[in-house]
This record gives sequence, structure tokens and C-alpha cells, in this order.
Amino acid sequence: MPSQERDAFLDRPWKDSTAEPFIRIEGVTKRFGAFTAVEAVSLDIYKGELFSLLGGSGCGKTTLLRMLAGFEEPTAGHIYIDGVDMIDVPAYARPVNMMFQSYALFPHMSVEDNVAYGLKRDGVSKAEISQRVADMLSMVELLELQKRKPHQLSGGQRQRVALARALVKRPKLLLLDEPLAALDKRLREQTQFELMNIQDQLGVTFIVVTHDQEEAMTLSTRIAVMDHGQIIQVGEPSEVYERPQTKDIANFIGTINMFDGEVMSSNDSFLLRCPKISKPLKLPSQAELNIGQQVTLAIRPEKIKMTLEDPHDSSQITLRGEVLEFAYMGNISIYRVKIEGEVVLQITIPNLDRMAERKIEWDDQVFISWHPENSLVLRD
Amino acid sequence: MPKKRSTFLLSVLCFGMAFLYIPMFLLIVYSFNYSKIVSVWGGLSTRWYTSLFESEEIWSALMLSLKIAIVNATFATLLGTLAGLALARFRYFRGRTLFTGMISAPLVMPEVITGLSLLLLFITLGDLIGWPEKRGITTITIAHITFSLAYVAVIIESRLSGIGETLEEAALDLGAKPLRVMIDITLPLLAPGMLAGWLLAFTLSLDDLVIASFVSGPGSSTLPMLIYSRVKLGLKPDINALATMIILAVAIGVLIAGWILIRQQKQRQRDAQLAGTE
Repeated sequence: MPSQERDAFLDRPWKDSTAEPFIRIEGVTKRFGAFTAVEAVSLDIYKGELFSLLGGSGCGKTTLLRMLAGFEEPTAGHIYIDGVDMIDVPAYARPVNMMFQSYALFPHMSVEDNVAYGLKRDGVSKAEISQRVADMLSMVELLELQKRKPHQLSGGQRQRVALARALVKRPKLLLLDEPLAALDKRLREQTQFELMNIQDQLGVTFIVVTHDQEEAMTLSTRIAVMDHGQIIQVGEPSEVYERPQTKDIANFIGTINMFDGEVMSSNDSFLLRCPKISKPLKLPSQAELNIGQQVTLAIRPEKIKMTLEDPHDSSQITLRGEVLEFAYMGNISIYRVKIEGEVVLQITIPNLDRMAERKIEWDDQVFISWHPENSLVLRD
Repeated sequence: MPKKRSTFLLSVLCFGMAFLYIPMFLLIVYSFNYSKIVSVWGGLSTRWYTSLFESEEIWSALMLSLKIAIVNATFATLLGTLAGLALARFRYFRGRTLFTGMISAPLVMPEVITGLSLLLLFITLGDLIGWPEKRGITTITIAHITFSLAYVAVIIESRLSGIGETLEEAALDLGAKPLRVMIDITLPLLAPGMLAGWLLAFTLSLDDLVIASFVSGPGSSTLPMLIYSRVKLGLKPDINALATMIILAVAIGVLIAGWILIRQQKQRQRDAQLAGTE
């Protein structure tokens, strides 16, 4: 393999077919009675990744995490961590630590004792314990509060204690169950970057469970989208966002506009005949399509341009519409535009110029356009 | 309008309070009565207190009751905690429903039935294996443990469900083996529940008349049994003095508990402020 290519794989081992995964989940299924929480999940996760399991409530992401921690036993399948089969290894003997959603700090112990607990169980010497605990607490900037009890801390501080407690044992793998869910928006954004920094510093592999797609997008090296106990797509955040494989994923991650219709052909390209729109819409060229097939054309709101005059650009799809409503968000504005009297599209426009001569407002007649290659073809 | 309503509420409150506390107040007043007849006022005196402290019978009954109550509370807490742990933490085991039912049965069983069945058990056992030889302190204690452990189990179970399993999982995750988790995490968090269970079992035992009457033997009368038999023979005012002493003990206990509660509340407020400022 040429060295240049190898370098390209360094940050993205999942692109390298020869790379050895650090965590290998093989056909794992978990049933609770008649209910299947996780169904035949297979997943390879590489060393140093910050991997997210994303999905709505009840999709099986937490159950999968609990199986990695050893709190639940898979009904079928295997989990390997660093080459070792974990099936018969009890939770207390796994090289894995978990940060719980509720933080699960021991209420009867001080911050210091909480963080030291795992090291004490491992029989680490007293001097080393106090050194490592102090190091960890200063990393999360809680050294002055080490004598306090958990209920004397704010939410953000508790979160950091929980993180320190989970990391102090230098686990090979850190599991985080909705790590930021209990924090308010401001703190969440700040903590997100702290988490990424810490992960980068220590090189520990993180697996994060979250229902928040924004959180998953910013944090992760890769995302696995789960639904009904199955993984429906795995990919880098940009892949999952730009190339969602199903309508559900497209809807779950970000916002998307969709047109249902039937494929027809014209000269060299495929068009979509949408019953609600008078003119056929050009489909992206790389999609594999058959004439007569029912598909959905999808386009993200930020990939649509909106102008007051006709752009007269034949490479773009241009439609006429009327602004129904808009919301000014500061950095962007969100518009809802009605096309041909029936279909309503959502469009986001960045507020580039403070001095824009004429802003588009309610009831304006507008032209909306997009390049067909920016749109997607989705099947059910 | 609102003023009128508040006078009505106030009078209802006063009536209710009077109904609850006037009898006790009268009892305290009459314990200082000189007269030998309980319901006739014969001037102030402390002679019944003197006769109370000199009464061998009352003292031995009180000591017996306390002894039984302490042993009962300790064993009931131990066994009840184990039962509560099984109920709250072992999700699936054979006969779980049966076990749950059997644990809570003594809570709803009429005391006469419990007492009678235990009496039959002790008689049969005595005939078959020669133990218990005679009924007395041992049989009363065993009988009390059987019903008070059910109360403890219920308290412990609800406390455990309140704590949740996450803390135990967190300790397990940090490398503590199950027994260690029990010692480090579960038991310390369970301590208030166990204390509450112990106190409840203690009170239940001290209070019990029916079951004790069934399973006690000659010469082992608990305090409630003694008082009850005195009532049947005609009340002597020294019982009033005894009751006053008990009321005093309870009042002191309630005051101490209240003081501890207020202190804890203030501590919580300070902690919340501490957490909020940073």
C-alpha cells in the first residue's frame, strides 16, 4: 500500500480493510421475553474512535451499551474487546468503564472517594491512588471541591466527577450513556468540546449513546443510527447527513424536504414526475434508477437557494413559490415557502449581509432553485 | 368570607386536637391523684409513682417487654432486610410470586389467627421434639419476629426500589465484586431504612397484646398483658403513673427526632446553596 494512502487511513481506520477493529460486536441479539431489544447487530469499532449510537428512545442503543459494560448478557452473538471474548467476563472484570446518564455518584462518599473507588478495588497503592485522583480532578478542574459530597455540587460539576471517576482507571473503552442530556444548552456545548479534548488527550475509545443528533454530529468520528433494535446506517457524520440511506434516517438527522413521485427518463437523465408539481424534477445523475419506479427526491433546506428574480440557470431546478412565514434565528433565517399552491418547503438562508438591500419577507413571490446533484434519491 | 371559613376550620381543628389529646392530658393529671379510685379526685400526690417504682411485677413486665422488643427488632431487621433484598434485587427466581405473597401475608392476617396458629405450632413442636419445653419469652420473641419481619421487608423493598440499581451497577463497573458492592454501596444507603425497620419492629413488639397472649406461658407477662389483666381486675392508679412515664418517653423521642429532622433540612438548604453558587 502506498504510504500516502496509509496516512489517509490513520485517522480513519474504518476505511482500511486491513485494520484490526478494537471492539468487535458480532451478531448480537438481546431478547427480554418476547421483546427483542437488539437484533443481530454487528459492528466494528476502532481504537481511539468516538463512536455514537444514535436513535430514538427504545431503539436498543442503551441495551447495546449495557451489554458492552456487562450488565446484560446477549441472548446470542459475541462481543470482543481488544481481541478477548467478553461473554463470560463479569462487569467488574471488564476493561471498560461507564459514565451513567444519571451520573450514579455514590451519595455517601466525597468527590475524592467517588473517584478513588475504582482504584481502591484494584488494589492500587495509597500514594498512587491519591496522585491519580488529584491528577484526574485537576484535569476536570474540580480539585478544590474534592471534599464535597455529590449533592453539594451543581449539575455540571457532577457530570465532571462522573467523567473523572470513569476515566481514572484508564479503561480501554469508555461508555457514555447520554453524557450531556442532563445539562442545560450552554453547558452542553462547552462540555461537548471538553469531552472531545479529553478523549483526544487520553486516546481512550469512547462509545456514546445519544438521542440528540446534533450532539452525535459534533462529537463523533462515526455514528451508528439505530431503530427497532437494528443498526440502519453506520458512517461518518457527514456521510450520514449528506447520504442518508432511508427516509427515516434523513428525517431523524436534520430536516429534509421530500417529493414523492415516479421515475421517468428524458434524453440522458432521469426525471421525477411528482403529482403535486407541474414540471418534472431532475434527479441526481449517480442514482441507479428504473423507469416507473416510485422514489423520493430529498433536498436539505440549506442546499436550496432563494431569490426574488429568476436565476435563469438551466443547470438548476427552479420553481416559483410564495413565502408563507419565516423565522429569524440570528445566524440564519428559516423560511417556509409554498410551491405551486400545495407543497411547502423549508429553506434556510444564512444571514450573510447585515446591509442586504431587500430582505425576503412574508408573501414575497420568490424563485427557489437547487442543483440536482445536491439532492438525494431515497427509497422507503 | 375567608375569615368566616377560617374560624370554622379552626374550631374543627381544635375539636380534633381536643379529642386526641384531652384523654392523655386527663391521664397525666389523674396520675397525680391521691385517691385510690381512678375517677375520683382526691388531691395532689406522687404516691402512685412511688408505688410504681416499688412494684416488682410492673418492672419485670416492662423489662420482659423491652428485652423481647430489642431481640425481635434486631432479628426482624436482619431477616426482613434479606427478604427485602431478594424481593427488590433478584428479578427472576422460581417461586417469586409465592415468596412475595408469603412475605406480605402477615401484614393482612388478623392477629388472632397468627397468634392461634403459632400457639398450635408451638404445642405440636413441644409434643414432637420436646422444644419449646414451655411457652414464655422465647416463644413470644419468635412470634413477634414472624410478623414484624414482614413490615421490615416491605420498608427495605421500597427503599431499595427508591435507590435504584444504577449505583450498584456503577460500583460493579468500577471493579467491585458483588459482595463488596453490598458492603460499600447497598448497606450504607439502606441504613436509614434498616433503622426505620428496627424502630417499627421494636414498637410493634412493645405494642402487641393479642399474639403475646396466645403464645406466652405462666410467669411471662409482657407489659401490655399486665396492664390488660389489671384493667380486668379493676384499675389501680399506678397504671396511670406508668402511662404518664411512657407518654413522657415517647414525647422526648418525638422531640429529638424533630430536632434531627430540622437540622437535616437546614443542612440540605446549605448544600443546595453551595451547589447553586458555583
